[in-house]
Amino acid sequence: MKVLVPVKRVIDYNVKVRVKADGSGVDLANVKMSMNPFDEIAVEQAIRLKEAGQAEEIIAVSIGVKQNQETLRTALAMGADRAILIVASEDVHHDVEPLTVAKLLKAVVDEEAPGLVLCGKQAIDNDMNATGQMLAALLGWSQGTFASGLEIDGDNANVTREVDGGLQTIKVKMPAVVTVDLRLNEPRYASLPNIMKAKKKQLDEKTPEDYGVDASPRLEIVKTSEPEARKAGVIVKSVDELVEKLNEAGVI
Amino acid sequence: MDFARTDEQQMLWDTARTFMERELLPHEDAVEAADDLPRELELELRQKAVDVGLHACNMPESAGGPGLGAVEVTLIEQALGHASLALAECVRRPCNLLAACEGEQVAHFLEPAMSGEKRDCVAMTEPDAGSDLKGMKTRAVRDGSDWLISGTKHFISNADRSEFVVLFAATGEDDTPRGKRKRISCFLVDLDLPRVEVAPGYKQVGLRGYSNNIIRFENARVPGWCMVGGEGEGFDVVNRWLGPGRLTVAATAQARAQRAFDFALDWAANREQFGQKIGKFQGVSFPLADMATELRMGELLLMHTAWRIDQDHPEADQDCAMAKVFCTEMLGRVADQAIQTCGGMGLMADLPLERIWRDARVERIWEGTSEIQRHIISRGLLRPLGA
Repeated sequence: MKVLVPVKRVIDYNVKVRVKADGSGVDLANVKMSMNPFDEIAVEQAIRLKEAGQAEEIIAVSIGVKQNQETLRTALAMGADRAILIVASEDVHHDVEPLTVAKLLKAVVDEEAPGLVLCGKQAIDNDMNATGQMLAALLGWSQGTFASGLEIDGDNANVTREVDGGLQTIKVKMPAVVTVDLRLNEPRYASLPNIMKAKKKQLDEKTPEDYGVDASPRLEIVKTSEPEARKAGVIVKSVDELVEKLNEAGVI
Repeated sequence: MDFARTDEQQMLWDTARTFMERELLPHEDAVEAADDLPRELELELRQKAVDVGLHACNMPESAGGPGLGAVEVTLIEQALGHASLALAECVRRPCNLLAACEGEQVAHFLEPAMSGEKRDCVAMTEPDAGSDLKGMKTRAVRDGSDWLISGTKHFISNADRSEFVVLFAATGEDDTPRGKRKRISCFLVDLDLPRVEVAPGYKQVGLRGYSNNIIRFENARVPGWCMVGGEGEGFDVVNRWLGPGRLTVAATAQARAQRAFDFALDWAANREQFGQKIGKFQGVSFPLADMATELRMGELLLMHTAWRIDQDHPEADQDCAMAKVFCTEMLGRVADQAIQTCGGMGLMADLPLERIWRDARVERIWEGTSEIQRHIISRGLLRPLGA
């Protein structure tokens, strides 16, 4: 079985995000970028499936700007076998929207015929949480979202999902799209020999036109704003004063 | 001029940095408090480093290493250097000199050092031979095909955790136009041989969990095949292989200075006195600016030196001396100022600053004192002018 893992290049989670002066988005110029952490978990899970003999080949796909090569090299260094880069934009500030990504991924799936697509549940930049679901719909495949557990059982996959207040385990028919959550695994870091091997692994570069997909945007970002700054707190001297203040604020 | 890291360099940094954060740092408080690095922990970390390929990352391909350039190795050493030395050294980087192993030495010393089975230590310094290495009294005398070694070495890092030692000893004297000169040779010696004793070293100001040992040789019999290079070629072997040691010290110093600075910056941005963040006071903020500037200078000097080594630049030796002297002295200044920024808390063991400050002092002494480094730099400047 082939496993397809889409990976997104996002602003590194350690970077303090700054909104651009014109409010059109987040400033990404000269900012450290990394693989979306949920996608890292998906890559790790694919490698574990391969190590367990349940997958033969892992293909990492990234859609975005040319610099996404770096993200794909990281996936290759972790253990993916080959990579496909679809350059859908020249502007690092242009976020390719979920439906376009899903359509392009469908085209890759049609070509590569994987038995499983493992996605991060969402990207930490725009938190859309849509691509995996859209892809499953376009393919007409089963889907298991927010996976914190995954077991391949013959033609089925048992997906443990994190739902409010507990866990839910569902059985889905393969081929399937599974989107992964934080607690599924702890991703490995790339070993030195794998980092050295990564540059020799195959990385194909494509465009949306190669797949006959129109990548022009349908969504328009109207405004991006920073969260309101936290107001200074008040230090109270006693529990009585605390209760009094809370009463005044009308919260109890 | 391109100062950007390649994808590969960035990935190497990320791996080393993540390893340091996940595997080394969590043990630091315990090692500091106990002044001991438990043997099981050392071996566990060494194995983890083997698994991820960081073990022996400094070694050339001919020795079975990854054959990275000096730039890549320096990046890795900087990433690991954030943690205390006792822990950072669990990621073994065997003495580069082992790459010169030949014949029986390969299976007996090089291969087990590369696989992590055996640990090496290096013995040059003696009680009466510090910077004046050629004054060493440890000597080796031929006896048939063997050598009989006698003498005492001290300040030998982690000899009590090692299986063998890279040993320098005098094997005779030559007459030169400038008088008699000792013939220094290099040996690889198993530490469990009869008449070789590894004794505890001295109590020291810092480097908790990192031992310095004394090794005594009393007519210890060492097989002839244990000599590296030819007789009297000890310093040639050193010059060929040991240069990067000074860059390792510089990289470690740079990393620790960065850690101290990051801590002080955070402190200045969050602690309040007189009704405002202390970073608002120029008495606090200007030293931060100076520290940041010095750190940038250290970083550029360090990476430029590594790059020149990779270019086989003829002055790389002086560059290493410059990087070593600047980064280690800068660490002293930054560690001291970081404590000043944090005030009294800076001296408490609850924060990492006091240990960085204590550990900083030796960096200006070992692997060639600051004075020896300045000698190397100035000699390189003046010798071509006939002075």
